[in-house]
Amino acid sequence: MSLLEVEDLSIHFGGVKAVQNVSFSIDSGIIYSVIGPNGAGKTTLFNLITGVYQPTSGEIRLDKEMIQGKSPDRLAELGIARTFQNLQICMNMSALENVMIGAHLRLDRNLLKAAMRWPSLRRRDNLLREEAAELMKFVGVEQYIHSRSDSMSYGALKRLEIARALAMKPRIIFLDEPAAGLNPKETIEIDELIRKLSGSGITVVLVEHDMKMVMNLSDRILVLDYGRKLTEGTSAEVRKNPDVIAAYLGTHA
Amino acid sequence: MQKNAYLGLGLLIVVLIALPFVLPNSYYTDLAIKIAINAIIVIGLNLLIGFAGQISLGHAGFIGIGAYASAVLPAHFGLHPAIAMAVGALTAAVIAGVVAKPIFKLKGNYLAMATLGLGIILNIVLRNEAQWTGGPDGMSVEALSLFGFELSSDKQWYWVVAALLAFSVWASLNIIDSPFGRALRALHGSEVASQVVGVNVVRYKVSIFVLSAVFASFMGSITAHYVGFVTPNIADFFHSIELVTMVVIGGMASIFGSIVGAVLLTALPQALATFEGWETVVFGCVLMLCMIFLPKGLVPTLSAKLGKGD
Repeated sequence: MSLLEVEDLSIHFGGVKAVQNVSFSIDSGIIYSVIGPNGAGKTTLFNLITGVYQPTSGEIRLDKEMIQGKSPDRLAELGIARTFQNLQICMNMSALENVMIGAHLRLDRNLLKAAMRWPSLRRRDNLLREEAAELMKFVGVEQYIHSRSDSMSYGALKRLEIARALAMKPRIIFLDEPAAGLNPKETIEIDELIRKLSGSGITVVLVEHDMKMVMNLSDRILVLDYGRKLTEGTSAEVRKNPDVIAAYLGTHA
Repeated sequence: MQKNAYLGLGLLIVVLIALPFVLPNSYYTDLAIKIAINAIIVIGLNLLIGFAGQISLGHAGFIGIGAYASAVLPAHFGLHPAIAMAVGALTAAVIAGVVAKPIFKLKGNYLAMATLGLGIILNIVLRNEAQWTGGPDGMSVEALSLFGFELSSDKQWYWVVAALLAFSVWASLNIIDSPFGRALRALHGSEVASQVVGVNVVRYKVSIFVLSAVFASFMGSITAHYVGFVTPNIADFFHSIELVTMVVIGGMASIFGSIVGAVLLTALPQALATFEGWETVVFGCVLMLCMIFLPKGLVPTLSAKLGKGD
Protein backbone atom coordinates (compact mmCIF):
# COMPACT_ATOMS: atom_id res chain seq x y z
CA MET A 1 0.00 0.00 0.00
CA SER A 2 1.46 3.35 -0.92
CA LEU A 3 1.84 5.86 1.91
CA LEU A 4 3.05 8.82 -0.09
CA GLU A 5 2.08 9.61 -3.68
CA VAL A 6 3.62 12.41 -5.69
CA GLU A 7 1.99 13.29 -9.00
CA ASP A 8 3.26 15.64 -11.67
CA LEU A 9 5.07 17.82 -9.13
CA SER A 10 6.83 20.97 -10.38
CA ILE A 11 8.38 24.06 -8.91
CA HIS A 12 9.83 26.99 -10.81
CA PHE A 13 12.09 29.66 -9.34
CA GLY A 14 11.72 32.39 -11.95
CA GLY A 15 12.90 30.71 -15.13
CA VAL A 16 14.64 27.85 -13.32
CA LYS A 17 12.61 24.67 -13.33
CA ALA A 18 14.11 23.01 -10.25
CA VAL A 19 11.65 20.12 -10.22
CA GLN A 20 9.63 19.23 -13.32
CA ASN A 21 6.65 16.88 -13.58
CA VAL A 22 8.00 14.35 -11.11
CA SER A 23 5.73 11.46 -10.13
CA PHE A 24 6.40 8.52 -7.85
CA SER A 25 4.87 6.68 -4.92
CA ILE A 26 6.39 5.28 -1.77
CA ASP A 27 5.06 2.12 -0.14
CA SER A 28 4.56 2.03 3.59
CA GLY A 29 7.48 0.66 5.60
CA ILE A 30 10.18 0.68 2.96
CA ILE A 31 13.47 2.56 2.57
CA TYR A 32 13.16 4.79 -0.46
CA SER A 33 16.13 6.74 -1.82
CA VAL A 34 16.34 9.78 -4.06
CA ILE A 35 19.63 10.13 -5.92
CA GLY A 36 21.01 12.29 -8.67
CA PRO A 37 23.96 14.50 -9.54
CA ASN A 38 24.48 17.82 -7.73
CA GLY A 39 21.71 20.26 -8.55
CA ALA A 40 19.34 17.52 -9.67
CA GLY A 41 16.61 18.82 -7.35
CA LYS A 42 16.77 16.27 -4.55
CA THR A 43 16.72 18.70 -1.64
CA THR A 44 14.17 20.86 -3.46
CA LEU A 45 11.94 17.79 -3.73
CA PHE A 46 12.30 17.24 0.04
CA ASN A 47 11.50 20.88 0.68
CA LEU A 48 8.37 20.57 -1.46
CA ILE A 49 7.09 17.45 0.28
CA THR A 50 7.82 18.80 3.79
CA GLY A 51 6.14 22.13 3.08
CA VAL A 52 9.20 24.38 3.17
CA TYR A 53 8.52 25.32 -0.48
CA GLN A 54 5.13 25.59 -2.17
CA PRO A 55 4.89 23.67 -5.45
CA THR A 56 4.07 25.52 -8.67
CA SER A 57 1.87 22.62 -9.73
CA GLY A 58 1.20 18.98 -8.98
CA GLU A 59 -0.18 16.90 -6.15
CA ILE A 60 1.25 15.27 -3.05
CA ARG A 61 -0.90 12.78 -1.15
CA LEU A 62 -0.16 11.24 2.22
CA ASP A 63 -2.42 8.28 2.84
CA LYS A 64 -4.85 9.62 0.15
CA GLU A 65 -5.00 13.05 1.79
CA MET A 66 -3.80 15.97 -0.35
CA ILE A 67 -1.00 17.75 1.47
CA GLN A 68 0.65 20.01 -1.09
CA GLY A 69 0.83 23.64 -0.04
CA LYS A 70 0.36 22.85 3.64
CA SER A 71 2.74 24.59 6.04
CA PRO A 72 5.51 22.54 7.69
CA ASP A 73 3.86 22.69 11.11
CA ARG A 74 0.60 21.29 9.70
CA LEU A 75 2.53 18.49 7.97
CA ALA A 76 4.25 17.69 11.25
CA GLU A 77 0.79 17.04 12.69
CA LEU A 78 0.24 14.48 9.94
CA GLY A 79 3.37 12.58 10.90
CA ILE A 80 5.97 13.88 8.47
CA ALA A 81 9.45 14.32 9.97
CA ARG A 82 12.71 15.39 8.39
CA THR A 83 16.36 16.16 8.98
CA PHE A 84 18.46 18.75 7.18
CA GLN A 85 21.47 18.55 4.90
CA ASN A 86 22.92 21.69 6.47
CA LEU A 87 22.34 21.07 10.16
CA GLN A 88 19.41 22.84 11.79
CA ILE A 89 20.18 22.45 15.48
CA CYS A 90 19.09 25.00 18.08
CA MET A 91 22.47 25.91 19.50
CA ASN A 92 20.83 28.02 22.20
CA MET A 93 19.37 24.86 23.76
CA SER A 94 20.83 21.77 25.40
CA ALA A 95 21.21 18.56 23.43
CA LEU A 96 18.35 16.96 25.32
CA GLU A 97 16.05 19.94 24.75
CA ASN A 98 16.76 19.72 21.03
CA VAL A 99 15.27 16.23 21.11
CA MET A 100 12.41 17.29 23.40
CA ILE A 101 11.29 19.97 20.95
CA GLY A 102 10.50 17.13 18.55
CA ALA A 103 7.65 16.10 20.85
CA HIS A 104 6.16 19.61 20.71
CA LEU A 105 2.81 18.52 19.27
CA ARG A 106 2.31 15.79 21.84
CA LEU A 107 2.58 18.22 24.76
CA ASP A 108 0.37 20.72 26.53
CA ARG A 109 1.52 24.04 25.05
CA ASN A 110 -0.67 26.24 27.23
CA LEU A 111 1.15 29.41 28.28
CA LEU A 112 -0.75 30.05 31.52
CA LYS A 113 -0.32 26.50 32.75
CA ALA A 114 3.36 26.77 31.89
CA ALA A 115 3.75 30.01 33.87
CA MET A 116 1.99 28.48 36.90
CA ARG A 117 4.13 25.32 36.81
CA TRP A 118 0.99 23.21 36.39
CA PRO A 119 1.63 19.76 37.92
CA SER A 120 0.31 17.69 34.99
CA LEU A 121 2.45 19.70 32.61
CA ARG A 122 5.55 19.20 34.77
CA ARG A 123 4.92 15.46 35.06
CA ARG A 124 4.55 15.13 31.31
CA ASP A 125 7.75 17.13 30.82
CA ASN A 126 9.72 14.92 33.18
CA LEU A 127 8.53 11.79 31.38
CA LEU A 128 9.53 13.40 28.11
CA ARG A 129 13.00 14.10 29.48
CA GLU A 130 13.46 10.36 30.03
CA GLU A 131 11.98 9.55 26.64
CA ALA A 132 14.35 12.01 24.95
CA ALA A 133 17.31 10.47 26.77
CA GLU A 134 16.18 7.05 25.49
CA LEU A 135 16.04 8.39 21.95
CA MET A 136 19.54 9.82 22.28
CA LYS A 137 20.67 6.37 23.35
CA PHE A 138 18.81 4.83 20.39
CA VAL A 139 20.67 7.02 17.87
CA GLY A 140 23.96 6.52 19.71
CA VAL A 141 24.69 9.90 21.28
CA GLU A 142 24.03 8.99 24.91
CA GLN A 143 27.34 10.54 26.03
CA TYR A 144 25.85 13.97 25.24
CA ILE A 145 22.65 13.65 27.30
CA HIS A 146 23.83 16.31 29.75
CA SER A 147 25.70 18.42 27.20
CA ARG A 148 25.06 21.69 25.50
CA SER A 149 24.37 21.17 21.81
CA ASP A 150 27.23 23.48 20.77
CA SER A 151 29.74 21.12 22.37
CA MET A 152 28.78 18.19 20.13
CA SER A 153 30.69 16.92 17.11
CA TYR A 154 29.30 17.20 13.59
CA GLY A 155 28.54 13.51 13.35
CA ALA A 156 26.76 13.54 16.71
CA LEU A 157 24.65 16.54 15.69
CA LYS A 158 23.50 14.63 12.58
CA ARG A 159 22.26 11.89 14.87
CA LEU A 160 20.72 14.39 17.24
CA GLU A 161 18.60 15.63 14.33
CA ILE A 162 17.41 12.08 13.75
CA ALA A 163 16.55 11.74 17.45
CA ARG A 164 14.57 14.98 17.26
CA ALA A 165 12.67 13.71 14.23
CA LEU A 166 11.94 10.43 16.04
CA ALA A 167 10.56 12.30 19.05
CA MET A 168 7.71 13.33 16.73
CA LYS A 169 6.70 9.66 16.45
CA PRO A 170 6.48 10.11 12.68
CA ARG A 171 4.96 7.80 10.09
CA ILE A 172 7.49 8.85 7.48
CA ILE A 173 10.92 10.38 7.94
CA PHE A 174 12.92 12.28 5.32
CA LEU A 175 16.69 12.13 5.82
CA ASP A 176 18.59 14.69 3.75
CA GLU A 177 22.15 13.39 3.28
CA PRO A 178 22.58 11.81 6.71
CA ALA A 179 26.07 10.55 5.85
CA ALA A 180 27.42 13.75 4.26
CA GLY A 181 30.63 14.86 5.94
CA LEU A 182 30.97 11.70 7.99
CA ASN A 183 34.01 9.41 8.04
CA PRO A 184 33.67 5.78 6.84
CA LYS A 185 33.16 4.41 10.34
CA GLU A 186 30.45 6.96 11.13
CA THR A 187 28.83 6.23 7.76
CA ILE A 188 28.54 2.55 8.62
CA GLU A 189 26.97 3.50 11.96
CA ILE A 190 24.43 5.75 10.23
CA ASP A 191 23.69 2.89 7.85
CA GLU A 192 22.91 0.67 10.82
CA LEU A 193 20.81 3.36 12.43
CA ILE A 194 18.68 3.75 9.29
CA ARG A 195 18.07 0.00 9.26
CA LYS A 196 17.01 0.22 12.89
CA LEU A 197 14.61 3.06 12.04
CA SER A 198 13.11 1.10 9.22
CA GLY A 199 12.89 -1.96 11.45
CA SER A 200 10.78 0.00 13.92
CA GLY A 201 8.14 0.46 11.21
CA ILE A 202 8.85 4.01 10.04
CA THR A 203 8.94 4.65 6.30
CA VAL A 204 12.34 6.15 5.47
CA VAL A 205 13.02 8.47 2.52
CA LEU A 206 16.66 9.15 1.90
CA VAL A 207 18.69 11.62 -0.12
CA GLU A 208 22.28 10.47 -0.16
CA HIS A 209 25.44 10.74 -2.23
CA ASP A 210 27.15 7.70 -0.78
CA MET A 211 26.22 5.20 -3.52
CA LYS A 212 27.38 2.15 -1.60
CA MET A 213 25.06 3.06 1.24
CA VAL A 214 22.14 3.82 -1.07
CA MET A 215 22.52 0.61 -3.04
CA ASN A 216 22.77 -1.47 0.14
CA LEU A 217 19.91 0.10 2.02
CA SER A 218 17.24 1.03 -0.44
CA ASP A 219 14.19 -0.99 -1.35
CA ARG A 220 13.54 1.41 -4.19
CA ILE A 221 15.47 4.27 -5.76
CA LEU A 222 14.32 7.38 -7.63
CA VAL A 223 16.89 9.00 -9.90
CA LEU A 224 16.59 12.70 -10.66
CA ASP A 225 18.55 14.71 -13.21
CA TYR A 226 18.02 18.40 -14.00
CA GLY A 227 14.80 18.32 -11.99
CA ARG A 228 13.30 15.48 -14.00
CA LYS A 229 12.66 11.89 -13.11
CA LEU A 230 15.24 9.80 -14.92
CA THR A 231 14.12 6.42 -13.70
CA GLU A 232 12.83 4.56 -10.68
CA GLY A 233 13.28 1.01 -9.50
CA THR A 234 15.19 -1.40 -7.28
CA SER A 235 18.93 -0.89 -6.84
CA ALA A 236 19.70 -3.63 -9.35
CA GLU A 237 17.45 -2.01 -11.97
CA VAL A 238 18.85 1.45 -11.38
CA ARG A 239 22.45 0.25 -11.50
CA LYS A 240 21.95 -1.23 -14.95
CA ASN A 241 20.05 1.71 -16.42
CA PRO A 242 22.16 3.37 -19.13
CA ASP A 243 20.53 6.79 -18.56
CA VAL A 244 21.69 6.74 -14.94
CA ILE A 245 25.22 5.85 -15.93
CA ALA A 246 25.17 8.64 -18.48
CA ALA A 247 23.90 11.19 -15.96
CA TYR A 248 26.59 10.31 -13.46
CA LEU A 249 29.53 9.80 -15.78
CA GLY A 250 28.52 12.27 -18.47
CA THR A 251 28.97 9.77 -21.32
CA HIS A 252 26.65 9.37 -24.26
CA ALA A 253 24.97 6.07 -23.72
CA MET B 1 20.55 24.79 34.64
CA GLN B 2 17.08 24.72 36.19
CA LYS B 3 18.30 23.96 39.69
CA ASN B 4 20.66 26.95 39.54
CA ALA B 5 17.88 29.16 38.28
CA TYR B 6 15.48 28.34 41.14
CA LEU B 7 18.37 28.69 43.60
CA GLY B 8 18.84 32.15 42.15
CA LEU B 9 15.14 32.87 42.73
CA GLY B 10 15.55 31.87 46.40
CA LEU B 11 18.52 34.19 46.71
CA LEU B 12 16.55 37.00 45.07
CA ILE B 13 13.69 36.57 47.55
CA VAL B 14 16.14 36.70 50.48
CA VAL B 15 17.67 39.90 49.09
CA LEU B 16 14.23 41.44 48.50
CA ILE B 17 13.18 40.68 52.08
CA ALA B 18 16.45 41.93 53.60
CA LEU B 19 16.67 45.08 51.51
CA PRO B 20 14.19 47.35 53.39
CA PHE B 21 16.14 46.77 56.60
CA VAL B 22 19.37 47.83 54.94
CA LEU B 23 18.20 50.78 52.87
CA PRO B 24 19.12 53.92 54.84
CA ASN B 25 16.36 56.28 53.69
CA SER B 26 13.37 56.75 51.44
CA TYR B 27 15.57 57.93 48.56
CA TYR B 28 17.00 54.43 48.32
CA THR B 29 13.61 52.80 48.80
CA ASP B 30 12.33 54.88 45.91
CA LEU B 31 15.31 53.79 43.81
CA ALA B 32 14.72 50.13 44.71
CA ILE B 33 11.06 50.42 43.65
CA LYS B 34 12.02 51.97 40.32
CA ILE B 35 14.61 49.27 39.75
CA ALA B 36 12.10 46.51 40.50
CA ILE B 37 9.51 48.05 38.14
CA ASN B 38 12.09 48.28 35.36
CA ALA B 39 13.30 44.76 36.09
CA ILE B 40 9.81 43.31 35.58
CA ILE B 41 9.37 45.15 32.27
CA VAL B 42 12.82 44.04 31.15
CA ILE B 43 12.08 40.41 32.06
CA GLY B 44 9.02 40.54 29.82
CA LEU B 45 11.05 42.16 27.06
CA ASN B 46 13.84 39.61 27.45
CA LEU B 47 11.34 36.80 26.85
CA LEU B 48 10.70 38.45 23.48
CA ILE B 49 14.24 39.58 22.59
CA GLY B 50 16.56 37.15 24.35
CA PHE B 51 14.55 33.95 24.27
CA ALA B 52 12.38 34.25 21.15
CA GLY B 53 14.98 36.28 19.25
CA GLN B 54 12.59 39.03 18.15
CA ILE B 55 13.01 42.76 18.71
CA SER B 56 10.76 45.55 19.92
CA LEU B 57 11.90 49.15 19.83
CA GLY B 58 8.47 50.43 20.79
CA HIS B 59 7.89 48.82 24.15
CA ALA B 60 7.58 52.10 26.02
CA GLY B 61 4.40 52.61 24.01
CA PHE B 62 2.80 49.71 25.89
CA ILE B 63 4.01 51.12 29.21
CA GLY B 64 2.31 54.34 28.17
CA ILE B 65 -0.96 52.53 27.45
CA GLY B 66 -1.02 51.05 30.94
CA ALA B 67 0.06 54.26 32.65
CA TYR B 68 -2.55 56.38 30.86
CA ALA B 69 -5.31 53.80 31.28
CA SER B 70 -4.73 54.09 35.02
CA ALA B 71 -4.64 57.87 34.82
CA VAL B 72 -7.46 58.62 32.36
CA LEU B 73 -10.10 55.97 33.08
CA PRO B 74 -10.57 56.66 36.82
CA ALA B 75 -10.34 60.45 36.31
CA HIS B 76 -12.67 60.82 33.32
CA PHE B 77 -14.92 57.77 33.60
CA GLY B 78 -14.87 57.01 37.30
CA LEU B 79 -13.58 53.48 36.79
CA HIS B 80 -12.04 51.62 39.71
CA PRO B 81 -8.21 51.71 39.37
CA ALA B 82 -7.99 47.91 39.37
CA ILE B 83 -10.45 47.74 36.46
CA ALA B 84 -8.60 50.56 34.70
CA MET B 85 -5.42 48.56 35.05
CA ALA B 86 -7.08 45.50 33.52
CA VAL B 87 -8.53 47.58 30.68
CA GLY B 88 -5.04 48.98 30.02
CA ALA B 89 -3.48 45.53 29.90
CA LEU B 90 -6.27 44.28 27.65
CA THR B 91 -5.86 47.26 25.31
CA ALA B 92 -2.11 46.68 25.13
CA ALA B 93 -2.74 42.99 24.43
CA VAL B 94 -5.23 43.73 21.65
CA ILE B 95 -3.03 46.37 20.00
CA ALA B 96 0.02 44.09 20.27
CA GLY B 97 -1.95 41.14 18.90
CA VAL B 98 -3.46 43.05 15.98
CA VAL B 99 -0.22 44.66 14.83
CA ALA B 100 1.96 41.62 15.62
CA LYS B 101 0.64 39.43 12.84
CA PRO B 102 1.76 41.63 9.96
CA ILE B 103 4.84 42.80 11.91
CA PHE B 104 6.15 39.28 12.49
CA LYS B 105 6.14 38.53 8.81
CA LEU B 106 9.09 40.95 8.88
CA LYS B 107 12.57 40.15 10.07
CA GLY B 108 15.64 41.92 11.43
CA ASN B 109 15.85 45.61 10.56
CA TYR B 110 12.30 45.75 9.24
CA LEU B 111 10.90 44.30 12.44
CA ALA B 112 12.87 46.88 14.42
CA MET B 113 11.48 49.67 12.22
CA ALA B 114 7.89 48.46 12.53
CA THR B 115 7.98 48.24 16.33
CA LEU B 116 9.76 51.58 16.47
CA GLY B 117 6.95 53.12 14.43
CA LEU B 118 4.32 51.59 16.68
CA GLY B 119 5.96 53.07 19.78
CA ILE B 120 6.19 56.50 18.20
CA ILE B 121 2.54 56.46 17.11
CA LEU B 122 1.40 55.59 20.63
CA ASN B 123 3.56 58.36 22.04
CA ILE B 124 2.12 60.90 19.59
CA VAL B 125 -1.43 59.92 20.52
CA LEU B 126 -0.71 60.47 24.22
CA ARG B 127 0.95 63.82 23.49
CA ASN B 128 -1.80 65.16 21.21
CA GLU B 129 -5.05 63.97 22.80
CA ALA B 130 -4.68 66.74 25.37
CA GLN B 131 -8.36 66.82 26.40
CA TRP B 132 -7.95 63.29 27.77
CA THR B 133 -4.26 63.00 28.60
CA GLY B 134 -3.26 66.54 29.54
CA GLY B 135 -0.93 66.60 26.53
CA PRO B 136 2.80 67.14 27.10
CA ASP B 137 2.13 68.42 30.63
CA GLY B 138 0.80 65.07 31.72
CA MET B 139 -1.84 64.47 34.37
CA SER B 140 -2.10 63.29 37.95
CA VAL B 141 -3.15 59.78 38.89
CA GLU B 142 -5.46 58.65 41.67
CA ALA B 143 -4.01 56.65 44.53
CA LEU B 144 -4.31 52.89 44.22
CA SER B 145 -6.35 51.13 46.85
CA LEU B 146 -6.69 47.38 47.03
CA PHE B 147 -9.44 45.80 49.13
CA GLY B 148 -10.15 49.13 50.80
CA PHE B 149 -6.50 49.56 51.73
CA GLU B 150 -4.76 52.53 50.18
CA LEU B 151 -1.17 52.17 49.05
CA SER B 152 0.59 55.33 50.15
CA SER B 153 3.95 54.90 51.86
CA ASP B 154 7.16 53.91 50.07
CA LYS B 155 7.47 50.83 52.26
CA GLN B 156 4.05 49.53 51.22
CA TRP B 157 4.86 50.11 47.58
CA TYR B 158 8.19 48.37 48.04
CA TRP B 159 6.54 45.17 49.27
CA VAL B 160 3.98 45.16 46.46
CA VAL B 161 6.60 45.67 43.78
CA ALA B 162 9.05 43.21 45.37
CA ALA B 163 6.33 40.54 45.43
CA LEU B 164 5.51 41.26 41.78
CA LEU B 165 9.18 40.94 40.85
CA ALA B 166 9.59 37.61 42.65
CA PHE B 167 6.42 36.35 40.99
CA SER B 168 7.54 37.52 37.53
CA VAL B 169 10.89 35.77 37.89
CA TRP B 170 9.21 32.56 39.04
CA ALA B 171 6.62 32.62 36.24
CA SER B 172 9.24 33.43 33.60
CA LEU B 173 11.56 30.64 34.74
CA ASN B 174 8.58 28.29 34.54
CA ILE B 175 7.69 29.47 31.03
CA ILE B 176 11.24 29.02 29.75
CA ASP B 177 11.35 25.45 30.99
CA SER B 178 7.99 24.42 29.50
CA PRO B 179 6.83 23.19 26.08
CA PHE B 180 5.81 26.78 25.27
CA GLY B 181 9.21 28.16 26.27
CA ARG B 182 11.11 25.47 24.41
CA ALA B 183 9.17 26.29 21.26
CA LEU B 184 10.12 29.96 21.70
CA ARG B 185 13.78 29.19 22.12
CA ALA B 186 13.69 26.71 19.25
CA LEU B 187 12.29 29.23 16.78
CA HIS B 188 15.14 31.52 17.84
CA GLY B 189 17.69 28.75 17.35
CA SER B 190 16.38 27.53 14.00
CA GLU B 191 13.10 28.74 12.63
CA VAL B 192 12.85 26.04 9.96
CA ALA B 193 13.71 23.25 12.41
CA SER B 194 11.02 24.42 14.82
CA GLN B 195 8.49 24.57 11.97
CA VAL B 196 9.08 21.03 10.80
CA VAL B 197 8.53 19.65 14.30
CA GLY B 198 5.16 21.41 14.36
CA VAL B 199 5.77 24.82 15.93
CA ASN B 200 3.43 27.42 14.47
CA VAL B 201 6.12 30.09 14.38
CA VAL B 202 3.92 33.15 13.83
CA ARG B 203 1.52 32.17 16.60
CA TYR B 204 4.38 31.86 19.10
CA LYS B 205 5.96 35.15 18.10
CA VAL B 206 2.59 36.88 18.45
CA SER B 207 1.90 35.26 21.84
CA ILE B 208 5.19 36.32 23.36
CA PHE B 209 4.87 39.82 21.92
CA VAL B 210 1.43 40.11 23.51
CA LEU B 211 2.70 38.73 26.81
CA SER B 212 5.60 41.17 26.96
CA ALA B 213 3.22 44.01 26.05
CA VAL B 214 0.96 43.01 28.95
CA PHE B 215 3.97 42.97 31.31
CA ALA B 216 4.83 46.48 30.12
CA SER B 217 1.28 47.84 30.34
CA PHE B 218 0.71 46.43 33.81
CA MET B 219 3.94 47.90 35.12
CA GLY B 220 3.06 51.18 33.40
CA SER B 221 -0.11 51.23 35.53
CA ILE B 222 1.89 50.46 38.66
CA THR B 223 4.38 53.25 37.83
CA ALA B 224 1.54 55.72 37.27
CA HIS B 225 -0.05 54.93 40.64
CA TYR B 226 3.26 54.91 42.47
CA VAL B 227 4.52 58.22 41.06
CA GLY B 228 1.02 59.74 41.12
CA PHE B 229 1.65 61.57 37.88
CA VAL B 230 2.18 60.62 34.22
CA THR B 231 3.72 62.47 31.29
CA PRO B 232 4.06 61.26 27.68
CA ASN B 233 7.81 60.83 28.31
CA ILE B 234 7.01 57.47 29.85
CA ALA B 235 6.11 56.26 26.35
CA ASP B 236 8.86 57.89 24.35
CA PHE B 237 11.45 56.33 22.09
CA PHE B 238 14.35 56.84 24.52
CA HIS B 239 12.57 54.87 27.19
CA SER B 240 12.14 51.99 24.69
CA ILE B 241 15.85 52.11 23.88
CA GLU B 242 16.75 52.21 27.55
CA LEU B 243 14.76 49.02 28.15
CA VAL B 244 16.42 47.22 25.23
CA THR B 245 19.81 48.36 26.57
CA MET B 246 18.96 46.81 29.94
CA VAL B 247 18.20 43.51 28.21
CA VAL B 248 21.47 43.56 26.27
CA ILE B 249 23.75 44.74 29.10
CA GLY B 250 22.25 42.34 31.63
CA GLY B 251 22.29 39.46 29.20
CA MET B 252 20.07 38.15 26.42
CA ALA B 253 18.08 35.09 27.38
CA SER B 254 18.91 35.50 31.06
CA ILE B 255 16.15 36.28 33.56
CA PHE B 256 18.61 37.31 36.26
CA GLY B 257 20.53 39.27 33.66
CA SER B 258 17.37 41.34 33.17
CA ILE B 259 17.42 42.25 36.87
CA VAL B 260 21.13 43.10 36.77
CA GLY B 261 20.56 45.21 33.66
CA ALA B 262 17.72 47.07 35.36
CA VAL B 263 19.80 47.65 38.51
CA LEU B 264 22.77 48.93 36.53
CA LEU B 265 20.93 51.24 34.17
CA THR B 266 18.57 52.61 36.81
CA ALA B 267 21.11 53.08 39.61
CA LEU B 268 24.23 54.01 37.65
CA PRO B 269 23.02 57.41 36.40
CA GLN B 270 22.18 58.30 40.02
CA ALA B 271 25.50 57.03 41.32
CA LEU B 272 27.36 58.96 38.65
CA ALA B 273 25.78 62.26 39.67
CA THR B 274 29.05 63.09 41.49
CA PHE B 275 30.74 63.53 38.12
CA GLU B 276 28.73 66.72 37.63
CA GLY B 277 27.98 67.22 33.98
CA TRP B 278 30.23 64.38 32.88
CA GLU B 279 27.88 61.65 34.05
CA THR B 280 26.50 60.86 30.58
CA VAL B 281 30.06 60.51 29.26
CA VAL B 282 31.06 58.15 32.08
CA PHE B 283 27.78 56.28 31.67
CA GLY B 284 28.43 55.82 27.95
CA CYS B 285 31.96 54.58 28.68
CA VAL B 286 30.66 52.02 31.17
CA LEU B 287 28.17 50.72 28.59
CA MET B 288 30.87 50.53 25.91
CA LEU B 289 33.26 48.67 28.18
CA CYS B 290 30.50 46.24 29.11
CA MET B 291 29.79 45.48 25.46
CA ILE B 292 33.49 45.13 24.58
CA PHE B 293 34.44 42.84 27.45
CA LEU B 294 31.10 41.19 28.20
CA PRO B 295 29.48 40.99 24.76
CA LYS B 296 26.91 38.40 25.81
CA GLY B 297 25.83 40.57 28.71
CA LEU B 298 26.87 40.60 32.34
CA VAL B 299 25.17 37.54 33.75
CA PRO B 300 25.73 35.01 30.91
CA THR B 301 29.40 36.00 30.52
CA LEU B 302 30.14 35.90 34.24
CA SER B 303 28.30 32.65 34.86
CA ALA B 304 30.18 31.06 31.94
CA LYS B 305 33.45 32.31 33.47
CA LEU B 306 32.49 30.71 36.77
CA GLY B 307 32.11 27.49 34.83
CA LYS B 308 28.50 26.90 35.72
CA GLY B 309 26.98 27.45 32.31
CA ASP B 310 23.68 29.25 32.31
